[in-house]
Amino acid sequence: MKIIGTPRRRVDGRAKVTGQTKFADDVMLPRMVHCKLLRSTLPHARITRIDTSRARARPGVYLVLTGQDFPIPYGILPVSQDEHALAVDRVRFVGDPVAAVIARDELTAFEALDFIDVEYEPLRTFSEPEESLVHPEPRIHEYGDAGNIHKAVSLKFGDVEQAFADADRVFEDTFFYQGNTHLPIEQHAAVAAKDPDGKLVLWSSTQTPHYVHRALAKTLAMPAAHIRVIATPNGGGFGGKSDPFNHEMVVAKAALMLDRPVKICLTREEVFYCHRGRHPVLMRFKTGVKLDGTITGMHVKTLLDGGAYGSYGVASTFYTGALQTVTYHIPTYHFQGCRVFTNKPPCGPKRGHGTPQSRFGQEIQLDKIAESLTIDPAELRLRIVEKPDTLTANYLRVGTIGLSECIRRVTQAADWKNTFGKLPHGRGVGIACSSYLSGAGLPIYYNDMPHSGVQLKLDRSGGVTAFCGATEIGQGSDDVLVACVAEVLGIEPIDIRPVTGDTDLTPVDLGSYSSRVTLMMGNAAIQAAERARDLLADAVSKKLSIPKERLVFADRRVFDTEKPDTGVSFSEAVCIAEALFGTIGTTGSYTPPRSAARYKGGGVGPSPTYSYSAAIVEVDVDPSSGWIHVPRVWIAHDIGRSLNPTLVRGQVEGSVYMAIGEALMEEQEFRRLPPAMSHALVHKFPSMLEYKSPTTLDMPEVFTELVENPDPRGPFGAKEVGQGPLLPVMPAVANAVYDAIGVRIDEVPITPEKILKALDAKAAGTAPRYGPTAFPDIPWPEPLEVPPPWAGGDGKAKGSNPQSAPQSAIRNPQYGVRP
Amino acid sequence: MITITLTVNAEPVEVAFAPYKTLLEVLREDLNLCGTKHGCELGECGACAVLLDGQPVLSCLVLGVECDGRRVLTVEGLVTDGRLHPLQEAFADLGAAQCGYCTPGFLVTAKALLDEHANPTRDQIREALAGCLCRCTGYQQIFEAVEAAIANPQSAGNPQSIRNPQSIRNPQSIRNPQSAIRNSSEAR
Repeated sequence: MKIIGTPRRRVDGRAKVTGQTKFADDVMLPRMVHCKLLRSTLPHARITRIDTSRARARPGVYLVLTGQDFPIPYGILPVSQDEHALAVDRVRFVGDPVAAVIARDELTAFEALDFIDVEYEPLRTFSEPEESLVHPEPRIHEYGDAGNIHKAVSLKFGDVEQAFADADRVFEDTFFYQGNTHLPIEQHAAVAAKDPDGKLVLWSSTQTPHYVHRALAKTLAMPAAHIRVIATPNGGGFGGKSDPFNHEMVVAKAALMLDRPVKICLTREEVFYCHRGRHPVLMRFKTGVKLDGTITGMHVKTLLDGGAYGSYGVASTFYTGALQTVTYHIPTYHFQGCRVFTNKPPCGPKRGHGTPQSRFGQEIQLDKIAESLTIDPAELRLRIVEKPDTLTANYLRVGTIGLSECIRRVTQAADWKNTFGKLPHGRGVGIACSSYLSGAGLPIYYNDMPHSGVQLKLDRSGGVTAFCGATEIGQGSDDVLVACVAEVLGIEPIDIRPVTGDTDLTPVDLGSYSSRVTLMMGNAAIQAAERARDLLADAVSKKLSIPKERLVFADRRVFDTEKPDTGVSFSEAVCIAEALFGTIGTTGSYTPPRSAARYKGGGVGPSPTYSYSAAIVEVDVDPSSGWIHVPRVWIAHDIGRSLNPTLVRGQVEGSVYMAIGEALMEEQEFRRLPPAMSHALVHKFPSMLEYKSPTTLDMPEVFTELVENPDPRGPFGAKEVGQGPLLPVMPAVANAVYDAIGVRIDEVPITPEKILKALDAKAAGTAPRYGPTAFPDIPWPEPLEVPPPWAGGDGKAKGSNPQSAPQSAIRNPQYGVRP
Repeated sequence: MITITLTVNAEPVEVAFAPYKTLLEVLREDLNLCGTKHGCELGECGACAVLLDGQPVLSCLVLGVECDGRRVLTVEGLVTDGRLHPLQEAFADLGAAQCGYCTPGFLVTAKALLDEHANPTRDQIREALAGCLCRCTGYQQIFEAVEAAIANPQSAGNPQSIRNPQSIRNPQSIRNPQSAIRNSSEAR
C-alpha cells in the first residue's frame, strides 16, 4: 500500500491553511438579503396573538414570516415529526423561533424584530425531568408515550434476577451526567436561492444534507428533485449540525417567495439554543459479579432530559443502553430507558451519542467493583472483555476486538503497575475502556437502499472525479474518499477531485454521523474504484496483450508485474478504455450487513463493526482547593487500520480534548430569571466566555497508541475513530480522582466545588462521594423479553409476530411530492 | 459611510463602509477577504484574529474606523510569491487544521509569536495561542506544527513586506465622504 497507512497532508489541507475553504457564511451572492429570527422569551407558552404589521412597514424590510407560513412539521426521526420552522401556536423553550424578518441587511432585519408584537399565555414550565414525570399536564407535545414522557422502553435479555441471585456480590450505584453542547467554532449559517431555472438551492453548514433535503421537500411541499442542498464544509460539527434546522426552512421559503438569495448566520447565543447536545442523564447501575470479577448480570436504568423537542431522542434513549454488552461479556441484561420533555433547548446527538453517559457510570462502577474484590482495575477489565466474533446478549454482532491489546498498551505506556495506588496523596491515575459503532446498521428512515454511494468519472486527462454525498465536517471525509480511490487506481490523491455533499451532483450518503463515513463511504469508494480498475485492466490487457491478472496499478502507471517497463501511463490507460468502452464512469455502494436483532428497539446498536479504546488519565488534585489538573493522558484505540495516521491521531487527540472539557468544565446549565422579571427558565451562560471549554493551557499531553488489527468489514480494515476515543476519558478522570484523594465524584463535570464537598463528606464520616443517590419512580412499560443467543433465542422478542423485524415500523423511502 | 485608507496584506486599500462596522466586517463584507472567520463576535473565541501593525488583535473588537493608516495582515497575506508560509505548510502537513475554521486565527497569532520570538518554548506557544479556541484538534498537532515551522530554517518569521513599518497611524484621515467602495484589485 502506498497511500493507505502513510501519514499525509489531507487533500483539502491547502485550502484550510490559506483561508480558502468556503464555509456557509462565506457564500456571498448578488442581490442577497439577510434573515434574522425572533425567538421566544418564554419557556412554555401559547401564542395568543402575533402582529407583524409594524415590522413589515419598516424601510428595508422585504418579508416577515410566522408559523402560519409553515403548517407542515418536520423532525429528523420519522417518529418525532414535532418541529415547525416557526412556532405555530406554542413555544416550548426560551429561544424557540417565532418569526423571521428578511431585510436588505442584517442590522435592518435585527432592528425590525423589535417591531413584531407577540402576546403569550404562559404555561407551566418544566425545568427538571422529575417535574415532567410527576406532571403529565400540560403536555409539551401531543404525542409521546404518556404525559410528558417522550419515550419509555424496557428490554430484557435473559433472567437478570436469577443472575443477581447467583452472583457473589451485587453492586448498585447512581450516577449523573450533566448535559453539554458541541460548541463548533463556526456558527450555523445557510444561504438559499432560486436557481436560474426556478428550483431551490440551499447552501448550509449541515452534517446531513440528505436529511435536510427530505425535510425541505416535506415542509415546503415541493418535489425533492427540484431542491438542491449543498453542504458546505462544516467549521466543526460534533453532532450539532445533524438535524434539519428552523433557519434552513425559513431561508428556503423566503428565497422562493422573494426570488432573491437569502442568508442567515446565527449568533453564538442562537447556537446555544439550537443545541441538540448531550442529554443530561441520571442512571442507576445494578451489576452482579462473581468473586473473580465475572459479570453475571446487569440492570441499567436511565432517565434522559430531552429538552423541548424529539430530535434524535428516541435513538439517544436506546443508545444509553445499547453498547454495554459490546465491551464486556454480560450474559444477562436488562435495560430501562426513559426520555422526558422539558422546556429547554432540545438535546440530541453529540459525539458518542447517548453512550458516554452510561459509559461513565459503567466504568466507575467497574472501578468500585475492582476495589471491592481487590482486583487491579486493568486486570479486571482484561478478564471480562467480550470475545471476538460474538453475538451479544442483545444481539449485536461483534467482529474484531482490539480492547485487550489497548489495555496492555496503555498500562505499559503509563507504567500502571508502578503508579496505580502508589502515587503520593493528591496524585492519581485511573483507567477506563469503551467501544463505539463504526456506522449505524440501520438508516434513520427504514429502506433497503445503500447507505452510501460513490460515483467515479475517469477522464482522458488522467484525472478522476469522485462524487459522494458524504459531508466534510473537518474529520477528513474528503481525504478518506480520495485515499481509497487513489490506492486502488495507483494514482496520487492530488489527481482526484472530490465532489461531496451536494444532493444534485452526488449519490446519496446518509451523512456525517454515527461514525459511519469512513466505513460506509470507504467501502463504496473501493467498489467503484475496483470496477474502474477492472475496465482499465480489460482495455490495457487487450491493447498490450498482457494477461489481465498480471497488470499492476501503481505510480500513475498500469504495467506488467513481470516486466515493469512494459505498460502505459494511467491517463493512457483511461484513453485506451474510453476508446474501447466509451465514457468511463463507475459506481459503488455500501449497505450494512443485516442485523441479528429482530426485536423492537433492536434497530439501535447494530453496526458493521465496533471500535475499542482504553485510556489512563493522570490527575493532580489539590485537597485544599479541590483544583484538578490533568497533566497526561494515555490512550490506545483499536482503529482496525489507519487510512491516514495524521488524521487518525487528530481524531483521537480531539476526542480526548472534548472529553476533558466534559469531564472537568463543560455544562449546559439553566437558571430562572428573578420573579420580578418573567421568572423564565433561561440558559445560564449562552456565550463562549462563560461556557467553559479547554484552552491551550488546559490541554494535557496526550500519548496515543493505535492498535491496528484490520477488520474484514472495514475499508482496508479500517474502523471508526471520530467518537470512540472520547468515551473512556471522563470515567478515567473520575477514577483517577479517587486514586488521588479517595473520594468518588459520580457525576460530571468534576469541579473543585464537588471535590471539596466529597472531602467534607469523607471527613464527616459519611460516604466519601459526591453524586446523586435517588432514582425516581418511572412508569416503565412491560419489558420486552428477548432470550439471549445462549438461551436458545433467535433475536426475536417472546410472543412477537414471527414476521416482525425492527424495520417493520415504517417503510416509506419516498419523500416530498413527485415532480 | 466613511472612507479610510489602510494597508491590507501589503497592498494599499481605500474602503468605504458604515461607521459602526468592525474590522472583521470590513474585511469580510467590504474587502471580500473571507479568510478571516467569526465564532462569537464578542472577543471570546479568537477565530477572527488578524495582525494590526504586527500585533494580534481580535478583529471583531476593533472598529474599522480605528484602522485608518494602519497595516492589517490576514491569512490571505501569509502567502508570498505563491508560496505558503512555513506555518501554513506545517499546519497542512501535520494535521493542525481539521475543520480549518479556527486555523486563520491560529496562523496569524502564531506568526506574531514567531516574529517576536525566534525560538519559543512549548509553554510560550501555549501561552501565545491561549486566546484561540479550537474544538477539533486538542491543540497538540497545532503546537507541533508551530514547532515544525520554527525548525524549518528558510523562512519562519521571515520578514515580509508587512513587517516594514512604513505607515503611520493618521487619525486625521478618518473622513466622512459619501460612499463608493474604491479598493485594490485584490480586494475586489
